[in-house]
Amino acid sequence: MQDSNSVGIVTPQFVHIDKPLELKSGSTLNGYHLVYETYGRLNADRSNALLVCHALSGNHHVAGIYADKPKSTGWWDNMVGPGKPIDTDKFFVVGVNNLGGCHGSTGPASLDPSTNHPYGAKFPLVTVEDWVETQAQLAEHLGIAQFAAVVGGSLGGMQALQWTLNYPEKVRHAVVIAAAAKLTAQNIAFNDVARQAILTDQDFYGGDYYAYNTVPRRGLRLARMLGHITYLSDHSMATKFGRDLRDGKFSFGYDVEFEIESYLRYQGDKFSDLFDANSYLLMTKALDYFDPAHAYNGDLTAAFKVAKAGFLVLSFTTDWRFSPERSRDIVKALLKNNINVSYAEITSAHGHDSFLMNDVYYHQLVRAYMNNIEV
Amino acid sequence: MITTTSSTAAALRPDFAAIASWIKADSKILDLGCGDGALLKYLQQERHIFGYGVDIDDGNVLSCLKNGINVIQSDLETGLSGFANDAFDYVILSQTLQAMRHTERIIREMLRVGREGIVSFPNFGYWKNRLQVIRGHMPVSEALPYHWYDTPNIHLCTLGDFEDFCQQCDAKILERRVMQQDRQIRFLPNLMGKLAFYRFERQNKSPRLESRD
Repeated sequence: MQDSNSVGIVTPQFVHIDKPLELKSGSTLNGYHLVYETYGRLNADRSNALLVCHALSGNHHVAGIYADKPKSTGWWDNMVGPGKPIDTDKFFVVGVNNLGGCHGSTGPASLDPSTNHPYGAKFPLVTVEDWVETQAQLAEHLGIAQFAAVVGGSLGGMQALQWTLNYPEKVRHAVVIAAAAKLTAQNIAFNDVARQAILTDQDFYGGDYYAYNTVPRRGLRLARMLGHITYLSDHSMATKFGRDLRDGKFSFGYDVEFEIESYLRYQGDKFSDLFDANSYLLMTKALDYFDPAHAYNGDLTAAFKVAKAGFLVLSFTTDWRFSPERSRDIVKALLKNNINVSYAEITSAHGHDSFLMNDVYYHQLVRAYMNNIEV
Repeated sequence: MITTTSSTAAALRPDFAAIASWIKADSKILDLGCGDGALLKYLQQERHIFGYGVDIDDGNVLSCLKNGINVIQSDLETGLSGFANDAFDYVILSQTLQAMRHTERIIREMLRVGREGIVSFPNFGYWKNRLQVIRGHMPVSEALPYHWYDTPNIHLCTLGDFEDFCQQCDAKILERRVMQQDRQIRFLPNLMGKLAFYRFERQNKSPRLESRD
């Protein structure tokens, strides 16, 4: 349902970037499409642009709804809109589907112009740095020389961080939510189990399943189920599902019995209908590779030396996938560089998914920070 | 634009003015237990400082953001491990020491991350406090506005107590100021002074190892 301060009906737009993109992997993409949405108006000074970067399964549809789909509310509609914490009466908000995604930007499922077949396994791996380059191309296309802010949660927060390193002059503020400057071994491990589920699905066909008119559905479903567990907290699962049984008693079989099983299977099914397995693989790899300190012998402080933006870093107490400790690592490096930074640790029961939730304190913090950004 | 002018703030908060008088212009400051960031804002206006506040309370962190003050939400009781050695010119602990459990640790941490520390606290030796104790009651006053059963102040002290304590913490006192409202008290300060301010540095100025807590 559309709430009263929604941005309303929105329409995705496309841009073809004709410039070759040299990827961090060494491969080159000769050109690519990006699908994006914008909300609010770019002011005369072009000083009010704000980029929202999406996480693993997100896309360009940040806010509003599509005219022909009443249930198509954007993934961050509670945050972005007129009068909302990211106020579209003040900011010109840009959402973009990342390169390699499966919602309209060029990705593994897109047709490779050189063969007229889907890229499939031939689609190169992309990194957070590569995404920032493509987003910078989009900014140029939109006539935005500098973003007032780049905002993102989780993998989106990593992109916000990378913006301040790749283009310190082109971003005045970075809002980095439930993110990390690099994944831990445990986090990479979760990603690899998710990938193995997809890679070992017999319908994967080495990534070229499009040619076989099938998708590695079981693998993607498992990957999502695993991911979903890690995005919730023990507490929130216990509160929401506990040990509740669907039929009120054990059926002594392997069909759905516990409510949590039903929920996870439903989430997995829904996701595997909507998402491309190759995109999922690629996004998890981008997460794993992200480590701006790597080029500085692991010294994150040295990595942030070039950053000029002001930062708001937020974490959630029950987020064990991107724990507050990881956010504190970021803050410590920023402090050592005498950068303007504020950090809040938000008490929330909802684990990593908290960054998508409607928490009063969380939204007040974002609103307060946004209000002080001059445009 | 409506703002509280600095002179008004100084009149309302003589303790701010007292602290500001010790702060060199353009210095880098960490304000522990910063509340809504009013002191940092005042010091920005008066001394062009650059700094961060630290506070644990959600409402205070939000107020800092509203006031445009850098703030780090963190529990002072766990130390200052997020801050590097010698990162600040001054570390301020304004009317917070008396409410802390780990008193010695915070003083030592202040001296690790800052070149100088500034502490202010209500002087328990103030005559009106003594009078109330003599009359058989825990003091309740403007500076100590709580009852014994609801006070967050668990480590109250007198000037003498604090000065002994500084020795124990290897803190060398550089300057002391004792106030009664906006007046500086020079005569019988431990009896006549309501608020105490100390500026101190490390006794042994060799750099310390980074805290592990």
